[in-house]
Amino acid sequence: MLELIDVKKTFNLGTVNERKALNGVTITLEDGDFVTIIGGNGAGKSTTLNAVAGVWPIDDGAIYINGKNVVGLPEHKRAGFIGRVFQDPMTGTAATMEIQENLALAARRGKPRGLSWGITRREREEYHELLKMLDLGLEDRMTTKVGLLSGGQRQALTLLMATLKKPDILLLDEHTAALDPKTAAKVLGLSDKIIAENNLTAMMVTHNMADAIKHGNRLIMMNNGKIIYDVKGDAKKNLTVEELLLKFEEVSGTKLNNDRMLLAKEEGQ
Amino acid sequence: MTQLMTFVNAMPGNISQGLIWGILAIGVFITYKILDFADLTVDGSMATGGAVCVMLITNGCPVWLAIVCAFIAGCLAGMITGLLNTLLGIPGILASILTQMALYSINLDIMGQSNRPVSVDKYSLIVSSREVNVVGNSPIMIILALVKIFVIVAVIIAALYWFFGTEYGFTIRATGCNQNMARAQSISTKKSTVIALVLSNGLVGLSGALLAQYQGNADVNMSRGAIVIGLAAVIIGDVLGTVIFGKRFNFVARLAFTAIGGIIYFMVLQIVTIIGLPSQNNKLFSAVVVIIFLAVPYLRKSAKTSFGRAAKNSLRKGAPKDA
Repeated sequence: MLELIDVKKTFNLGTVNERKALNGVTITLEDGDFVTIIGGNGAGKSTTLNAVAGVWPIDDGAIYINGKNVVGLPEHKRAGFIGRVFQDPMTGTAATMEIQENLALAARRGKPRGLSWGITRREREEYHELLKMLDLGLEDRMTTKVGLLSGGQRQALTLLMATLKKPDILLLDEHTAALDPKTAAKVLGLSDKIIAENNLTAMMVTHNMADAIKHGNRLIMMNNGKIIYDVKGDAKKNLTVEELLLKFEEVSGTKLNNDRMLLAKEEGQ
Repeated sequence: MTQLMTFVNAMPGNISQGLIWGILAIGVFITYKILDFADLTVDGSMATGGAVCVMLITNGCPVWLAIVCAFIAGCLAGMITGLLNTLLGIPGILASILTQMALYSINLDIMGQSNRPVSVDKYSLIVSSREVNVVGNSPIMIILALVKIFVIVAVIIAALYWFFGTEYGFTIRATGCNQNMARAQSISTKKSTVIALVLSNGLVGLSGALLAQYQGNADVNMSRGAIVIGLAAVIIGDVLGTVIFGKRFNFVARLAFTAIGGIIYFMVLQIVTIIGLPSQNNKLFSAVVVIIFLAVPYLRKSAKTSFGRAAKNSLRKGAPKDA
């Protein structure tokens, strides 16, 4: 379970660039919730995910993961509970290390590391099976350096790494935005499958409204660092992109200003 | 002909010196290649290792223990740079320059003067330039002396191979490659940065201890410009190994070729000295070697695609039609 209570964050406090990125975000995710997040540019979508991941300390509010207050924990300590996939396929993996070594690093997330081998033979067999599931042929290239993989392959690998050790929360930050449509669909399908199979609690930021409706069991819309719309269950399933746009104008009082989101809408029609 | 003889006679000395500096270069490899941290602490910590070693030996400490202490002294120097960087937020290169400068004073404090001799006649040193001198030594004695240093380097390479294959070693490699990824995998990038710097400078201190024994004294200036020689060895080894092994240039080979890079560096230095480079220009030579080895791959790459070439190609397309 993930609880955010009145989380606030201002960047560049006291300068001309001062920006209130999170303006009191409150939300509770039940176990197994898969929430998609949409919103305009600078609405606070990625910032919310970064607040949960502990990329920087928040200014005010509280964040509980399974009842534990994590606000005081730095990023690498929080990572023990959190799996993450980033927008940039380069961010989630170590390019100069082998595929199997990246997986071995991920398998030890949140565990104390010592002077035993960084990867064991049993793990290699295990990873071989897991990589087969991705259906990208990576199981035969386990000693290949990750830097030689394509963006889509790297995102699929990052997804596997983020969920190798079951995370309490999975954070997907526009993780298909940098991929071509076909690869994006594949990675999204894979995300769905992994989340469902492991009954994970997940948050996914996306700029594609159709994807936001299609995936997950809950949808939230953000604007100016606040959650302005929160819908789940059947009401969410039956949403349309048109309704979502209208809803945005109605609640925020402005037109949606996310270019990519609007472009995605055009494509969808 | 006499020049060739001079070169051959100097060969054992160049190999042993090259290997001793090769240990330093392996330390530089850890920071420069694995951690991706420009660590100039080396220019101070090598002399620290030499100073600690010589002072301990001349005060009755067993030679092996003196070398261990030199290693630890180097570790401490690396730790200072690491803490300046991670706890106080000082940029890496500046943090290492500050440590290096402070070490100059500390090295003088350790020795009480700028130079301390240690004689191979009085103490049973591990290495000495006299052991590898072709005058007064049989070939077998020279080979034995060289084998000793080879074994030390081999043990260091084996130990590092093991270390970088452990969970801890993995965290350092991940930190050097991608800090965001490392943190997302619950790795404390600060901790692994400090540990890599500690390990690297420990090896540098060890190399200083061996160099002081080899040359028969510790000098406060012995490590001036050491980083450039270390880098030269790393880069020469890297270029050479890539040419020979190509894609199969693995970690052990990389470390071994870093040490071999040290040997090649000293051989080339010997050649240019024989040809007539005055010894006062040694540092100029080091700098030029590093410049060449860094510049050549870059220039070769940019020769394939450059603005100049694009401009030339564009002329073949002729003038715009409506001009």
